[in-house]
Amino acid sequence: MSRGINPMRTIALAVLAIAMAASLGAGLLARHSYAEQFRDAISAPPSAQFWLGTDELGRDRFARLLYGTRVSLVLAPCAALLSTLIAGLIGGAAGYLGGRWERIVTAGVDLFLSLPWLFLLLAVRALLPLNASPVTSVAITFLLLGCLGWAAPARIIRAGTRTLVNSDYLVQASANGISRWRLFWRHLLPNLRPILLAQFWLSVPLFILSEANLGLLGLGVSEPLPSWGAMLRELENYSAVLKNPWMLAPAVLLVVIVSCLQLLLRTEEGAPC
Amino acid sequence: MLMRGVIVLLWCGAWAASGASELRFCLRIDPKTFNPLLAEDESETTVRYLTGGVLIRLNRYTQELEGELATQWKVSENGRRIDFELRHGVRFSDGAPFTCQDVAHTMQQLMDPALHTPVADPLRSAPGDVETKCAGPFTATVRFPGPVANLAAQFDQVAIISATSPHKESAVLGPFELGEYKPGAYVLLRRNPNYWKRDANGHALPYLDSLRLEIQQNRELELLRFRRGELDIINKLDPEMYDRLSAEMPRAVVDAGPSLDWETIFFNQVDSAPLPEYKRRWFHSGDFRRAISEGIRRDDIVRIVYHGHAHAAAGPVSVANRFWLNPALKPASGSEGTAMSLLEHGGFRRVGTTLVDGAGHKVEFSMITNAGNKLHERMLALIQQDLARLGIQLNVVVLDFPSLIERISRTFNYEAVLMAWANIDLDPSQQMNIWLSSAANHQWNPNEKTAATPWEAEIDKLMRAQNASQDPKKRKAYFDQVQQIVADQAPMLFLVNPNALAAVSPSVKNAAPAVLSPQIIWNADRLQLGGTLVSER
Repeated sequence: MSRGINPMRTIALAVLAIAMAASLGAGLLARHSYAEQFRDAISAPPSAQFWLGTDELGRDRFARLLYGTRVSLVLAPCAALLSTLIAGLIGGAAGYLGGRWERIVTAGVDLFLSLPWLFLLLAVRALLPLNASPVTSVAITFLLLGCLGWAAPARIIRAGTRTLVNSDYLVQASANGISRWRLFWRHLLPNLRPILLAQFWLSVPLFILSEANLGLLGLGVSEPLPSWGAMLRELENYSAVLKNPWMLAPAVLLVVIVSCLQLLLRTEEGAPC
Repeated sequence: MLMRGVIVLLWCGAWAASGASELRFCLRIDPKTFNPLLAEDESETTVRYLTGGVLIRLNRYTQELEGELATQWKVSENGRRIDFELRHGVRFSDGAPFTCQDVAHTMQQLMDPALHTPVADPLRSAPGDVETKCAGPFTATVRFPGPVANLAAQFDQVAIISATSPHKESAVLGPFELGEYKPGAYVLLRRNPNYWKRDANGHALPYLDSLRLEIQQNRELELLRFRRGELDIINKLDPEMYDRLSAEMPRAVVDAGPSLDWETIFFNQVDSAPLPEYKRRWFHSGDFRRAISEGIRRDDIVRIVYHGHAHAAAGPVSVANRFWLNPALKPASGSEGTAMSLLEHGGFRRVGTTLVDGAGHKVEFSMITNAGNKLHERMLALIQQDLARLGIQLNVVVLDFPSLIERISRTFNYEAVLMAWANIDLDPSQQMNIWLSSAANHQWNPNEKTAATPWEAEIDKLMRAQNASQDPKKRKAYFDQVQQIVADQAPMLFLVNPNALAAVSPSVKNAAPAVLSPQIIWNADRLQLGGTLVSER
C-alpha cells in the first residue's frame, strides 16, 4: 500500500524546511552579526535596519532568531538521535535477551528516571572546562541532554521488543533455526523502526524545550551565542512584551516548529510501515 | 435594634480584618533563629532590627550615631573602654525592668565563644575577656582586652536581652515583639506595649499595631502582590521591576541613590590554583588587571543594565558612604587607548584582531558568575564586547551558586569571577576580612601566610593602623591610602554601586527610604498606614 499525500504533513515539512534553510542561510539573510551590540539602539522597535527590533543589549533580534533557530534546530535532532540510539541499544537488548538482563535494565531505567535529572545536568555542566567556546558549550549541553534523555524511550522500546520477540512469526523463525543475529537484524529491527522513529520525533521537541528551560534558568547556551531558550528569557518581562509584541517571535517560532514536529510524528504513527 | 447591632459588629469585624494598621512586606527566606545575638542573614537581622533594643543606633538616614537605651556614652582608653548612661524607666515587652544587669548579661552571652556569633567578631580585638561593670542600675562600663575600631558603632548590632525575664530572648526592648511564626509562610511582629519611645506629641510609638513579614522568594510574585495592594513595601527592587512599577505606579517607587553594595570582578591569584603558568602571570600583572578595568565601559553598564539606577564605582567605598569615600579616585575611563597602553606596557601586543602576550599566547580567559542573575549575565555580555575591542576573548560561564562558591573558595579552579557584594556597614573596619592578606575573604588569594606582594603588605599595615586608631581623621587618612592602592593595583575591579530601589505604597506615611539596610523600615516605629488613626496611647 503506498503512502498517500497528506497535506498537513506536506505543510509541516515545508515549514520545517523553510525554517532550517533560513537558519542555515542566516549569514546571508541577517544584516548584522548576532553578537554585535548597538548600544545606542537598545530595545529598539522594528525598522528597516532591524527587522525585529533590538534586544536589551542592542543586538539585532532577527539575526539572533535565525542563528538561535540554527542552534536549536540542528542540535536538538542530533541529541534526539543520540538518545534514541542509546535507548534502542539498551531497551532493545533488554527486551530481546529477556530474563535477568531485562530485570536489571528495567530496574536501572526506573532508577535513572527517578533521578532529578535537572540537578544532574547542572552538576555535570558545572564540571565542564570553563574555557569551552560558546559553540562547544552548546554542543555539550545538547550532548548531555541526549545522554540523559534515553531512559523513557528505552522503557517503551523494551516493551515493544518484548512483544515482538513473543510474536508468532519470530517464535516460528527461531524454531526454524535462524541465528540470533539474523533474527535481530532481519526480523526484529525493521519491525522496531516505527517505535524508534516515534521516539526520535518525540525527543526532538522535548530537547528543544529542555534547552529553552535551561536557558530560562540561565544555564543553556552561553553568551553571546543565541538560542531559543536564551531569547525566551526576555518574555519574563511581560509588560515589555505587551508594548513590544515582536518580542514574541521566538515563542511563536518555537510553537510552530514543535507543532510541525508533532504533526510529522502523528502522520508517521498513523502511516503504515 | 438587634439588626443594627449585628451590622455594627460586622463592620467592626471587617475593619479589624482589613488589617488597617498592619504593614506587610516580604522576607526572602525563613529566619533560622529569633535569638538576636545569633542573627546572621538578612531575614534574621531584619527581625532583630525591628524587635531588638540597642544602646546606640546608627541613624540609617543621617548616618549619625544616636543614643537609644543609652542616653550618653564615652569611648576611652584608646578604644578599650566604653561607659554608658542608661535610660531610666524602660521595660522589656514582658514588663521586666531594664537595668545595667541586662547589659552585663548581654555582653557575657555575646562574648561566649561557644555561641559562635558573627556580631561578636569585631569586638574580639585581642585575646582576653570582656568585662562589664555596673556602678549603679543605670551606669555600665564595658572594657575590652584590646582597642576596638569604631567601638560605639558596634553596639548598633547588639540587641539587649533580659537577665531576669523568664521569657529570655522573647522579651524585647524594640518597637515590636514576636507574635507568631509560621515556617514558610510568615513572621508576625506585634506592637511592643512597653516600648519606651514617644513622638513629639507624646504619643506612644510605634504607630503600627503589627508587621507581617511574609516569606516569599519569588520576586515576580512579590511585585504582583504589591500591585494588588496585598503588600505595602518592597525592599531592594531590581532595575527592571523598578521601571515596570514606575510606569504603572509612579508614586510608589523610590530610588534612594547609590547603595553600599558592589559589583566586582577579581582574577584568580592563588598560587596553588590549577592554571597554566602564562595565565597566572597575566593575573598577577597589575598592568593586565588595570587594563581590563580601564577597558570596561562602566557608563554603559549603568545605562543599559541598570537603566540608570546605579553609579559607576571608583573603589571599595560607595559615594553613599559620605565620610569614608576617597574623593580623589575616579571610575576607570572605559578608554580603549588607555587600556591598550597598559597592556603594551605589560608586554602584550596585538596580532591582527587578537591580543597575545610576550610568549605569543592568545589572551583568552573565562569569567564565571551565578546562574539566574540577569543583571550579571547582561553585564558580562557588555564586558565581553568591551574586551573584544582589545582583542581579548572572554568566555562567559554561568554556574549554579554552590558550584561557583566551591570553585572560588575551595578548589580555586576558575580564572575570573563577577560577583555582587552586599555591604551593610559604613565603617572600613568591617572590610578587614577582605583587605587583610591573611583573611578568608581576601578573595583573589585568600588566607596568605605572609603578604604575597609588597602592596598587600602595605594594605595590611594601613588596615591594622586604621583599626587600632580612635582618631577619625587618622583612620580616614589610612583608609584613603588603602583605596588608592586598591585603585592602582586593581586586585578587585569595582564596576558599579547599584542604587537602593524600593517600592512603598502611597498609603504608608512617614517613609523616608535610606540606602542603608533595612532601607524603608529603618524607622518602622514611626511608619503609619493611611486611614489608620493614631490612637491616644
